[in-house]
Amino acid sequence: MSEPRIVKFEILRFRPEQDEEPVWVSYEVPCPEDFVVLDALNYIKDEIDPSLSYRWSCRMGVCGSCGMMVNGTPILTCNAFVRDYPDPIRVSPMANFPIVRDLVVELDSFMEKLTRVKPWIIRKVEKDPSLGEYLQTPEDLELFKQYSMCINCTLCYAACPVLAHDEDFAGPAAIALAYRYNLDSRDAGEAERFDVVNSGEGGIWACSYANECSEVCPKHVDPAQAIQRMKLTSAVQWLGVWPKRGAE
Amino acid sequence: MEIVRHDVVLVGGGGAGLRAAIEIARSAPELTVACVSKVYPMRSHTVSAEGGAAGAIGPDDSLDQHAFDTLKGSDFLADQDVVEAFVEEAPRELTQLEHWGCPWSREPDGRVAVRWFGGMSVKRTWFAADKTGFHMLHALFQTSLQYPKIVRLDESFVTRLLVENGRCTGVVALDIRSGELRAILGRAVILCTGGAGRIFPFTTNAAIKTGDGMALAYRAGVPLKDMEFVQYHPTGLPGTGILITEASRGEGGHLYNKDGERFLVTRDYGVGNRAELGPRDMLCRAIIKEMDAGRTFKGPYGDYVHLDLRHLGEKAIDAKLPFVRELTRNYVGIDPVYEPIPVRPVVHYMMGGVGTDIDAATELPGLFAAGEVASVSMNGANRLGSNSLTECLVFGARAGRSALKFARDSAAPNETRALELAEAEGGRIEALRGKHGGEKLSQIRREMNAAMERGFGIFREENEMAHAARTIADLKGRYADLGLEDPSRVFNTELIAALELGNLLDCAEVVAVAALERKESRGAHTRTDFTTRNDAEYLSHSLVRFAPDGPRVESQPVTITRWEPEERKY
Repeated sequence: MSEPRIVKFEILRFRPEQDEEPVWVSYEVPCPEDFVVLDALNYIKDEIDPSLSYRWSCRMGVCGSCGMMVNGTPILTCNAFVRDYPDPIRVSPMANFPIVRDLVVELDSFMEKLTRVKPWIIRKVEKDPSLGEYLQTPEDLELFKQYSMCINCTLCYAACPVLAHDEDFAGPAAIALAYRYNLDSRDAGEAERFDVVNSGEGGIWACSYANECSEVCPKHVDPAQAIQRMKLTSAVQWLGVWPKRGAE
Repeated sequence: MEIVRHDVVLVGGGGAGLRAAIEIARSAPELTVACVSKVYPMRSHTVSAEGGAAGAIGPDDSLDQHAFDTLKGSDFLADQDVVEAFVEEAPRELTQLEHWGCPWSREPDGRVAVRWFGGMSVKRTWFAADKTGFHMLHALFQTSLQYPKIVRLDESFVTRLLVENGRCTGVVALDIRSGELRAILGRAVILCTGGAGRIFPFTTNAAIKTGDGMALAYRAGVPLKDMEFVQYHPTGLPGTGILITEASRGEGGHLYNKDGERFLVTRDYGVGNRAELGPRDMLCRAIIKEMDAGRTFKGPYGDYVHLDLRHLGEKAIDAKLPFVRELTRNYVGIDPVYEPIPVRPVVHYMMGGVGTDIDAATELPGLFAAGEVASVSMNGANRLGSNSLTECLVFGARAGRSALKFARDSAAPNETRALELAEAEGGRIEALRGKHGGEKLSQIRREMNAAMERGFGIFREENEMAHAARTIADLKGRYADLGLEDPSRVFNTELIAALELGNLLDCAEVVAVAALERKESRGAHTRTDFTTRNDAEYLSHSLVRFAPDGPRVESQPVTITRWEPEERKY
């Protein structure tokens, strides 16, 4: 293996018990060719400054913990290769969320928004499992599948220009999830979700279709498309042309 | 110290934990469940499981066949009554998850599809492409959101169990965001904290897999069972240890050595005509023997073999194994449509854990455990791939039922002693935060990892194990002199890492003690100095119990119902 390259990292740090406001701190990290930004953070924590705080877990792009801004763009740091960035690399906490400490942001509002859209199967009658599965063809599955790939990493919230000034907006991931359930052949909850996603406060109509959410999604979900399609469906339903699934 | 009270306190919010929580919320809506997790539940390591979840549904399948495959895979160390209960409840649990929205892959007629998996004699593994754990976890998490009686305490790290008059009455947890301790009291406690793969350096396991629940139970006097059995997965990416699912072999992938030889077919490694679909312990031994014979590739992160999927074609790979393609392209720059994938065996799963009975109850009244943290004895000496996701559902639900029954039938705990214990725990954590000392955390962790890899790898031998065990004991001593640099309260991840390292060291010590005691080769515990299985002396579970002067090893008989142990040959 070739010699590790010394890379300068500038990290936005904030320790609420001692800092008035966030400050940039520089670290030099020897980075092998296959290092990701998360590896560099782990190096800093293990070898230079154990007080650096950030979230991480699976290091394979599926748990959704390690999203941060790298040179201003939201990305999973376990999948951001150091070799792809010019020196110095700037790492800061995800935008549009309050900072708890260092690279850790507060996710309370996101968790509330997830719950708000009722992301679970809603049916009038539940079938007993002993009666077998609900039939769902591969085509039925394909309808909603991409929207079920969201890992809740919240990169799309960090990228969303609407959330930058309207913190009540339910946001791309939550709305895409509502859409995922609306499209699921096993679900009859569209009517229950209708008011939530159409509400003037935080609903789909706040979206300005900047498409930033879909561009940063590490799992290729297309929340912008979900929102646009929901707007269309809602408009048609509001006009009473076709019924909401689950409505009587 | 803040005190909160719930009927049931659940530690861990992965597959087993959420299943338990939902079981309680649905069948006892009057009870509250605190779901205490050191991460947000959807970050739990269940999310990384890929290949699938086993449950016999096919017309060519039967419960007995699933049971026998599991028992044979376990090298007959699984308890047969537990396995029978498991296979019987598996299809219902998987169907229940289908009703809760899990996007299982389907047959053209709309029925759930099943795929091949290692050690299974028919297709019986349900799957959601190759992100099964991810989809199961998110389906469970999203389903759980509709129950207001499931009260989540996200990012709370449990530091000890509260035990009073021989009964578990709650936990002490550090709220990571505020740095404050809380006593969380309950009538029953369930541990669902996952395994301890991070005692090893090279593992598929996420950073959070630090044996927390195992250490909590162990220190509370509950024995850990069968901890010597550590499962290596045959196919991890060199360097990172990222898992390449067994489903890639289930869908038809082949393993080759550097001479282009499909060694599981051309040589006798005991897997017969199952070849790449032999059980994991046997495949790992085969790969190590290929390495020892000099027939493997050399790489910067150790020797490796090739996993070849090219003959499956792009369409099948994208339909059935899209995550494999995503991972290999991202992390090793290889597209499996055009090139073979470099793979090597990697630590994956702990068959052992907190000893429980068939109803997920530990020997401490009021304490239950399910999922990888537990050893209910359905996996024995070697787990079959795709049994563990189902295990989370079957025994998560059982733990939920057992805990709610216990909570209903038992009196409210006396709190005086519990609160004294909680205060004392507060003092311990306070003393650890930013503590002065001469030992560096990352250094101890590295040395522990190196010792475990050296002593407790795929092939084991007395002297190496004893040497590694001494190193672990020495590291435990040095841990007492740990020096920390961060005295702050808010999101102090150095403090959490220090607590996790303490848990890892306890688990490592128990693995070492149990492995030294078992002088035979069975399942994943393969000794070069005792090369055969010895049913006369060792057809029994190991139990390691905490004692002030060092761990004590006991044994417990294996339950046999209908199948006499036989030679394990495929």
